This record gives sequence, C-alpha cells and structure tokens, in this order.
Amino acid sequence: MNAIANGRRRSRRIKWDDVLSDALLWVILLIFFVPALWIILTSIRIRAEINAHPPVWIPTGFSFDSYKILFGMPTPEGAFGLGGEIPVPAYARNSIVISLVSTFFALAFGTLAGYVFSRFSFRAKNGIFLGMMLARAIPGIALSLPLFILFARVGLSDTVPGMIITYVALNIPFTAWLMDGFFRAIPQELDEAARIDGCSHWGAFIRVDLPLSLPGAAAAGIFAFLTSWNEFALASIITRTPASRTFPPALFEFTGQFVSDWRGMTAMSVLMLIPAIVFVALVQRQLMEGLTSGATKG
Amino acid sequence: MAVQSLSQDAISTRQRGIHRSERRLALALLLPSIVIILLVVGFPMLYSLYLSFTNFTLTSAGDVQFVGLQNYINLLFHDPLFWKAFGRTVLFITLAVNIEFLLGLTIAQLMARAIRGHGLARTLMMMPMMFAPILVGFQFKWFFNAQVGLVNNILYTLTGETHFIPWLIDKPLGFIAILVAEIWMSTPFMVVILEAGILSLPQEPFEAAEVDGASGWQKFQHLTLPMLMPFIYTAMAIRSLDIARAYDVVSIMTGGGPANRTELIWTYVNRLAFSGQRFAMGTAMSYITVLFSFFFTWYLFRNVIKSRWAGGTE
Repeated sequence: MNAIANGRRRSRRIKWDDVLSDALLWVILLIFFVPALWIILTSIRIRAEINAHPPVWIPTGFSFDSYKILFGMPTPEGAFGLGGEIPVPAYARNSIVISLVSTFFALAFGTLAGYVFSRFSFRAKNGIFLGMMLARAIPGIALSLPLFILFARVGLSDTVPGMIITYVALNIPFTAWLMDGFFRAIPQELDEAARIDGCSHWGAFIRVDLPLSLPGAAAAGIFAFLTSWNEFALASIITRTPASRTFPPALFEFTGQFVSDWRGMTAMSVLMLIPAIVFVALVQRQLMEGLTSGATKG
Repeated sequence: MAVQSLSQDAISTRQRGIHRSERRLALALLLPSIVIILLVVGFPMLYSLYLSFTNFTLTSAGDVQFVGLQNYINLLFHDPLFWKAFGRTVLFITLAVNIEFLLGLTIAQLMARAIRGHGLARTLMMMPMMFAPILVGFQFKWFFNAQVGLVNNILYTLTGETHFIPWLIDKPLGFIAILVAEIWMSTPFMVVILEAGILSLPQEPFEAAEVDGASGWQKFQHLTLPMLMPFIYTAMAIRSLDIARAYDVVSIMTGGGPANRTELIWTYVNRLAFSGQRFAMGTAMSYITVLFSFFFTWYLFRNVIKSRWAGGTE
C-alpha cells in the first residue's frame, strides 16, 4: 500500500514538473516567435494602422496592397510608398540565379573536398582543413574592400558571374565540413567491400558513398543556398544596379531620406522568407544530423 | 628469412605506390575548392594586406605611396575610437556568446523533455535562423523605434507612459538593443545543436544516477554537461565562423552611431573606408577584424579538430 501510494505521489509530482517546464518553454518560444509573426502581420495590415499613435492592437481589416504594389499591380491606395519604384522582378531573378548556381558549384566542389577529408589521410590534410575554415572566418566586410577594387579591374563588379564565384568560394568550406560529417557516418566496411569487389577509390565514391550521402548533400545544399540568399556585407558593396543586385541590399531602397515604407519592406521580407521556410522545413532533420554526426562519431 | 624480408619489401613498396596514387587523387579532388578559395579569398586578402601598407584612396588611385606600418600605428596609437570599438566588440561577443549559450542550453533542456507539440516547438524555434541578418537589423530597428516601435508601444499600453524611450540613441540602451537583436538571431542555432546532443545521450547513466538518488541538478552537472561537450564545441565552432554576421545587424540598426556609441570593429571598417574616404586605413582596420576572427576561430575550433580527428580515419 505504502509503496503504491509513494509511487503515485511521485508520478504526480513528475507530471507537475513537466507541465511547469512545458509552460516555461512555450512562454520563451512565444517571445522568440513574436518578432517573426509581427513582420508577417504588418505586411497585410491597413497602412494607417501601422504607425498609429496610440497603437492599434486589434486590426480592423487586412489588405494585400503591399504585395500588389511590389509587383506593379494597381491598388485602391495607389502606389503610395517606395515599393512601386523598386524593380522587384529583376532583384528576384538575380537572387534566384546567383543563389542556385553558386549552391550547385559549392556543393559539387565541397562534396569532393569533404570526401577527401573523411576518407584520405595525408600530411597536409589538417592544414588544408584549417585553411578553409579560416577563409570562411574572414568577415565579409573585410573581404569586400579588396574584392570591390579587384572586381572593378577585371570587369566583374556589379555582374551576376562575379557574385556567383564569390558565393561559391564563401560556401565551399562549410559544405566540405558538413559533407565530411555525412561521409563519416557511412560505415567504412561498405567502402572496403566495394574495393574488394574491384572498385577503385573513385569507383567506391561514385557507387557507394555518393548515393548514400545524397540526403546529407540536400541539407548542405540548402545551407549554402540560405547563406547566399541572405548574404549582405559583400552584396551591398559589389552590386550596384538591378543588373546584379540581390534582395538583401535591396531592402535598403524602402528607406528614403524622409519617409520609410515599413509595410513595403515587410512584404518584400516575407517574399525573402518563403523559400527559406520551405527549404528548412524540408531538410531540418538531415541538417542537424550533419552538424552533429562529426561530434558523435568522433 | 630472406624470402620473408623480400616479400615484406615488396608489400611496403606496393603500399607506398598506393599511397602516392591516393595522395594524387586526394589533391585532384581538393583542387577546384583550393583554386576558387585562393582566387576569391586568398588573392584579394593579400592585395588588401598590401593596400594596408599604402596611402591608397578610392579617388586618387594614380600615385600610391608605400607608408609602411603608418596606418596600423595610427589606428593602434593615435585613434581613441579604435580602442573603444575594440573593447566594445570584445564585450559584445563575450556577452552575446555566453547569454546565447546559457539561454540555448535552457531551452534545449526544456525542449528535450517537452511532452506535447514537440515538432511545432522546434519549427517556431527555428524561425529566426531563416531571417537574413540584415532583415533582423531592420526588424529590430523598427521595434526599437522611439515613436512607433513595438517595444515603446507595449510600454505605453501597459503603463500609460507617454515619454518615448530613445532605445537606439541613449548610451547603454543602444548597446542593449543591438545585443538583443544578436541574441534573438543566434540563440536558435545553439538550441537545435544542443537539443540534438541531449536527445542522443545514452539513457543508462541517467537511470543509474536515478537509482543512486541523484538530484536533477547533480545529473545535469555530472552527466549531461560533460557528455554534451562535443556538441557544445560544434555549436561554438559554427558560431565562430559566423561571428561577423553581427555587422549586418548593427550596420542597419545604428550604423555604429550615434556619435560612435555602438561602434563595433566591423562597422568601423565601413566608416573608415567609405564614409571617411580613408580606404587604406579601412583595409588596415579590416585586417585587424580578420585577426580578431582568426583568433576567435582558432580558440573555439581547436577542440573540434581534436575531438573530430582523435579517433577518426587517421
């Protein structure tokens, strides 16, 4: 009897602990989520209510005019604000082309490098790995100054190819690190079995390791995509016109000298966030496995 | 005997042959990565090192004179703003990384034991990771706006306080505002890595500790924390690579101003090179930020390399 009562009391206490910790968790999460929610809400509010004082907490209605203005469609309000003058389609095209092409090459080269780091051993390996990580650690603002001058000399400044090679170099180190982790998670016995069956090192890579690492490559690719998609320090200095300007530096164009079009800016921010949210939702699990497998597998 | 040593010789030459061809393959696979990084990062950084020893400006590119260490000497010994920015950056990073780590560990613990809505919780938590740092900057600049910002609006509604708090302008407040933005942006990453770590810990030691009557805190201190170390290293290492992303946030929120009150070493590069027309000085300053990042990366990365390659393929 006593033992049962004890057990029951204990289990009830544990439950109460859990409820408390869950409540705390959700309060913290809510605080973290509010800023993101506010951006989305603001983009569909009625203009007069956004900067009202005293603040209007409960919207009286919603409007998608800010999005219509971005795409140059007629709205009842007219094209008030700065959104109408911004070449959104050109920026969207640049952002998509630059991010996708640079991700493709960074993934191709980074995968090869990651494979080398995980399966080969030679003296210069640690040095090369460290060198790559240091290259990635250079602040964008520090790299932007000389790139600005050198690109101007060779005709790459304010061009899409210039931005692409910049982002390929920027993304290779981290891609290589992630792929190294994924390749380490593949049992070496599979490799060795393939080698015994007569595969060369390269053959084992193509037939065994590469197919098995594809989910990991998807995650690494999305990480590279997001880095390019969101990069600002280099883009703000290398791109100048709609010929190559991407979304992040374009956000500046919503802030004029005298007026700032907050609602237009939030609408474009939501456009920027959509691919990010879709991609991250698709591969969040693989991404975490890649980031942590190196740590657990030693 | 002779036969045996001969055959051993043969084996070792064969192994050496394999070794050489393996090394050639390894270098061939690494080549594209190395070439691109050298072209886009290595060469420009060498050029920037050269510029930092000259009096180069963007307008008078014709006659560039070699001035030796003058730019560095000016920064280190004749520029009070530099040391203030440097000290503020060290304080900023120390506070940010430690708060993010403690907050991240707390949330990760809570998340790992959450019973309900685990998937939703993780998705909400990951939202800030998808925001471009520049977007975080604009967003928090607007939240902390004195007249129409969300923070002052909430204070106004709750307390009826009509005096606007100038968050981005006052001395300690501006620093706190950029710190809050940085913490919002970077904590989720810590949470995700640390939670993955907590979920992958073996259960047996915890059950044994339970039997021995260990308290929750004792279990955390003697089991969770030591076993979580590799994950903590990973999180810290990735953080060190992205440390300069704070530039995006701060350059939007305050631009280092007003009157250099929130100046960090990264916004100072921009001020010297582009606003101040002192491009060579800017490159010298940028080299100081590079060394700063290298030190930070080395400091946080050495443990990763140790733990990763200790029992690896070597």
